[in-house]
Amino acid sequence: MTKLVEMAGIEKHFPGVHALKNVSFDIEAGEVHALMGENGAGKSTLMKILSGVYTKDAGSVRAFGEEVTFDGPRAAQDAGIGIIHQELSLMNDLTVAQNIFIGREPRGRFGTLNETKLNANAAELFAQLNIDILPTDRIEGMSVAKQQMIEIAKALSYRSRVLIMDEPTAALTNTEIRELFAMIEKLKSDGVGIVYISHRMDEIKQISDRITVMRDGEYVDTVPAEQTPINRIITMMVGRELEDAEVKIPDLADAEIALEVRGLTRGRMVQDVSFSVKKGEILGFAGLMGAGRTEVARAIFGADTPEAGEVIVHGRPVKIRNTRDAVLAGIGYLSEDRKHHGLALSMDVRANVGLASMDQVTNVIGRIDETKLAKTAVDYIDKLGIRTPSDQQEVGLLSGGNQQKVVIAKWLMRDCDILIFDEPTRGIDVGAKAEIYRLMNQLADEGKAIIVISSELPEVLRLSHRIAVMCEGQLTGILPGGVEQEAVMALATQRETTEDAA
Amino acid sequence: MSLTKLKPSGSTLQKALAFGSLIALVLIFSFLSENFRTLSNMINILQATSVIGVLAVSATIVIITGGIDLSVGTAMTFTAVTAGMLLTWLGLPIPLGVIGAILMGALTGLASGFFITKMRIPPFIATLGMMLVLKGLSLIFTGTKPIYFNDSPGFTEIASGSLVGLLVPAFPLPNGVLILFAVAAIVGWILNRTALGRYTYAVGSNEEATRLSGVNIDAWKMGIYALAGAVTGVAGILIASRLNSAQPALGQGYELEAIAAVVIGGTSLTGGRGTILGTIIGALIMSVLTNGLRILSVAPEWQIVATGFIIIGAVYADMLRKKT
Ligand SMILES: Nc1ncnc2c1ncn2[C@@H]1O[C@H](COP(=O)(O)OP(=O)(O)OP(=O)(O)O)[C@@H](O)[C@H]1O
Ligand SMILES: [Mg+2]
Repeated sequence: MTKLVEMAGIEKHFPGVHALKNVSFDIEAGEVHALMGENGAGKSTLMKILSGVYTKDAGSVRAFGEEVTFDGPRAAQDAGIGIIHQELSLMNDLTVAQNIFIGREPRGRFGTLNETKLNANAAELFAQLNIDILPTDRIEGMSVAKQQMIEIAKALSYRSRVLIMDEPTAALTNTEIRELFAMIEKLKSDGVGIVYISHRMDEIKQISDRITVMRDGEYVDTVPAEQTPINRIITMMVGRELEDAEVKIPDLADAEIALEVRGLTRGRMVQDVSFSVKKGEILGFAGLMGAGRTEVARAIFGADTPEAGEVIVHGRPVKIRNTRDAVLAGIGYLSEDRKHHGLALSMDVRANVGLASMDQVTNVIGRIDETKLAKTAVDYIDKLGIRTPSDQQEVGLLSGGNQQKVVIAKWLMRDCDILIFDEPTRGIDVGAKAEIYRLMNQLADEGKAIIVISSELPEVLRLSHRIAVMCEGQLTGILPGGVEQEAVMALATQRETTEDAA
Repeated sequence: MSLTKLKPSGSTLQKALAFGSLIALVLIFSFLSENFRTLSNMINILQATSVIGVLAVSATIVIITGGIDLSVGTAMTFTAVTAGMLLTWLGLPIPLGVIGAILMGALTGLASGFFITKMRIPPFIATLGMMLVLKGLSLIFTGTKPIYFNDSPGFTEIASGSLVGLLVPAFPLPNGVLILFAVAAIVGWILNRTALGRYTYAVGSNEEATRLSGVNIDAWKMGIYALAGAVTGVAGILIASRLNSAQPALGQGYELEAIAAVVIGGTSLTGGRGTILGTIIGALIMSVLTNGLRILSVAPEWQIVATGFIIIGAVYADMLRKKT
């Protein structure tokens, strides 16, 4: 096998963080090389150095037989190294095709832009990749999954010889993941070297040839994927063993109903949805991407105004006109899109943790008790294992998974009776995932009502006491916890509501 | 966690940079001219900064939310006219005139805030409209003639008198400068230590995330604009006191100077970042430059050109810093 890329002795410092310590990594032609490690281990940083986004402090990078230093992403792209970033970076106001060919638009005579050719090129690319998106659609308002597919198409359009995918499947449905994997197989057979970052073990085992594990900015080891058991990889990542917990379904026969929703309706995505959650219960919401689960959550939370329906909290109907009303009624919502809806990226960890709970730390004239806020923030940093140099670090500088933990901390601090978690573990490492599951169970034990929306079926099954399944804007049924995956899938792909929805 | 903070954050660095430029400018001018380096000239510079400094503080508040307030200049005039009407026309005592002007400022801010939040008009447009409305109203109310404060003895003392001078005769620091520092300290405190301030940064950083945190952003934003308006009212009092009159035709153009001071001070026009200290330094840099060039007998036309380049240079320095 020929080595396409060899990185050795890579060092990188950020203010207060030694992000990479003497890391080596290589990529062979025609392989999928998985890069694994906990949140903040340095995976994205290493790949950003390879793709010219960051400059290294020390070490050497050889690409295609030559020592290289890229002074920008463009240089890396021209050399044949493409990257799909963890955080989506498409321009909302441009069309799909304009985004894909940004910076290399086909020109007509007199240097004018040739929009027809641009759209034709994009359509051709989509046809090749079997993606069903119109080149002339605008990005604004598109689902995260669609945006992800566009990012992938964009990276592939450069005819890269090395393709880096930083958590590409975090927002994809199973069908889309299958399509992506088919695409990866094809690229492999063309001799492209692929770096694949993901926190989903099953995927890693399925498609990778070699696995490199990092921990705390250090290189741990590189192992063949097939012969290495998952447990061993996890132990390498977290430095200890994790036990696998079964879902324990509590007896909630006498528990009071915390939240009841009746006939909630909003457009096509939320059609006459009714359900209830008891105190101490974890209600999972399963369904395919685009089934309307997020829309239901947003309508309950007042982020979007429903057209019809009632929300009853602790037996009392409440009028929720905006998010403030929802929070006052004791409802908290952790959005799935943390970058746009969850965090004030230019503010520090402490301010973000406190953002939903200012009234807890302010006096009558609105003065913030910084000592108290700092103490609370530091508590959550420890509890959730948020990797940050201090509670005053800008949130935008944390790794993706650690940003997600800050959102969770924000809502834990708010101490709501009813918590809606929308894709809470997207992009979160196994160790932290287990910690978040434990936390949710603990919150339920304390008598909170919890709703979990997740596209990872195993996660819904692992957590939920009952499972509500949605399909195309309708609630197709509510199943008891501990059912088989097949039962959920059947409802998730069924169009009519079953009569005996429990 | 065990890791500790090693380097100052970006905005600290920017402030240090701006402060360094200010010191450098003062040193250069002091070296070039002995008229520049006198105590009385230093006091002149501070006095000249007071009005524009207070206005720039007001502009900073709005700019941190990611908005812009083009009406600060004419709103300042409008509040000065309000003070004139209350004091000279109605013969009210000075404190009532001052409070009235500040309340009127808050009201104009509230109006802008209302247009922006409830009617969803972009800040640029809403405050552009307010700029013209207030300019017109000032001219209408006064019949385009200045209102003098000759019947309110002591009114000029607000900006030009010197409490410090009474205690330390050798150092007659005008009250206007004290007021600037007091306003800066209070607004700095509000921005850093109160919920209102925290939401100011949060809205500028990510308005949607703030809304989804259960914050009633419409109400808070109106509060923020009202606060900025009240600060503008203070500037109105200062300028009226210094001129001993409310000049209805004055005001337009001040907003750009104020915004320039804010930008030199390192506040990001895209919102979410910025400090009052930076803004004060930015305003001082502009006054030092104007004063120094005048003392060196540089033509006023060239002073304007120099100010333009300073703005571009300051933002360029900020860009270089970010590009590490
Ligand atoms: N621009 C930056 N400034 C300061 N610190 C940074 C910056 N980028 C990354 N870091 C820090 O470097 C460390 C490694 O981050 P990196 O994003 O590479 O982690 P990761 O392995 O990709 O994690 P995740 O699985 O959560 O995406 C983290 O502690 C992070 O906070
Ligand atoms: Mg990452």
